[in-house]
Amino acid sequence: MGAGAAPRIGWEPSPQQGWVAPHLAAEFPGLGVAWIEVDAHPGKSPDPVRRRLRDLSDRFFGAQAIHMRERPIPWAYRVFYRQIGLDPDRNRTPVERLALERLHDGTFRSQGLPADALTIAIVETGVALRAFDAERLQGSLCIRDSAPGESLPGRPGELIQGTLAIADECGPVALLFGSTGEGYAVDHDSRRLAIAAVQVKGVPQIAVDEALWMAAASLRAGG
Amino acid sequence: MLDLIARDDQPALRAGVDERLARVELRRQIGRLEQELAGLVSEAFGRIAIEHRLQPAAGEPRVLDLGGLERVRDELAERIGQARLDLRERAVVETYNRELLREVEANPAEHKWVKISRHDVGEPGCGGWHSRPYLGPLGMLMGWWRVKVSSGCPLAGRLTAVER
Repeated sequence: MGAGAAPRIGWEPSPQQGWVAPHLAAEFPGLGVAWIEVDAHPGKSPDPVRRRLRDLSDRFFGAQAIHMRERPIPWAYRVFYRQIGLDPDRNRTPVERLALERLHDGTFRSQGLPADALTIAIVETGVALRAFDAERLQGSLCIRDSAPGESLPGRPGELIQGTLAIADECGPVALLFGSTGEGYAVDHDSRRLAIAAVQVKGVPQIAVDEALWMAAASLRAGG
Repeated sequence: MLDLIARDDQPALRAGVDERLARVELRRQIGRLEQELAGLVSEAFGRIAIEHRLQPAAGEPRVLDLGGLERVRDELAERIGQARLDLRERAVVETYNRELLREVEANPAEHKWVKISRHDVGEPGCGGWHSRPYLGPLGMLMGWWRVKVSSGCPLAGRLTAVER
């Protein structure tokens, strides 16, 4: 657990709070990363998860998708995307990407675990989540900008200095709201997953906790 | 004079000392503009297409400098200005169509074959109003005109039957 993070009641284990590079924390108050590790077996989703996904599809309508960008949490991510130079209408925020897929496909299609667990948690809360293979991560996760000469595993070339990334103690594991480094993504051999939530200004802590809890519960249902 | 000297001491007035404050202010403005644009996009949905995409300020996520933030802020403001203008123009067209619809309903014989869709008057859904003769050619000869209101969007079952 990160320094200063208190154990949260009702959690076993408690989510871990990552750190943010101090100059980034000064630029972006409210930016944070939290994650939880869960034993899970990637593969076909169990019935309860598939049922929940169907229920979620039935509760999600076009009007919600249209007005989504006006809701506080999706709006907070859109604003943050703008502030870091991304266009949320080209690189969609996680919740907007799922909303678009729902409208396009007519349902939230089951894609197995952990994708379904993330879909449920992201759509219900709006919080940006992603999954890593926990056994590949070294130490604590953080959000920082890339140093000269650093690269993302599996991606040719070096990262431009200052690129915002999620990193572990060894180096960048994913671009912030971008691609995941090779080897860090979840595959069929992964047995322990890290579900990470990126928090930005305007996203309350309780929503982050709820998203992590929801994703972990769905993964446990399949484990 | 003392007042002026005291004012000069205020840190906020020392230009160029801390760009971070300027970046904070620009980020706040971007947040507000994004909210405004989101509202306009929702308002325009189904009526007109609003250009809301911006040129990405960076290929990868990064801390934007003052210039980058200003570009985003200005582009958002430009999109909002254009969206407001487009919506105003659209509102004029819809008002005209609503007035025309009232006239057509009041006197269909004077507006023969006029067809107004729900979209034309800014209403959601399919269908519309059509001034046409009652009993076909006979109605045309006799001057029996009426406004036929469409029943709305085709049902999914009918669409499936057409695809078959």
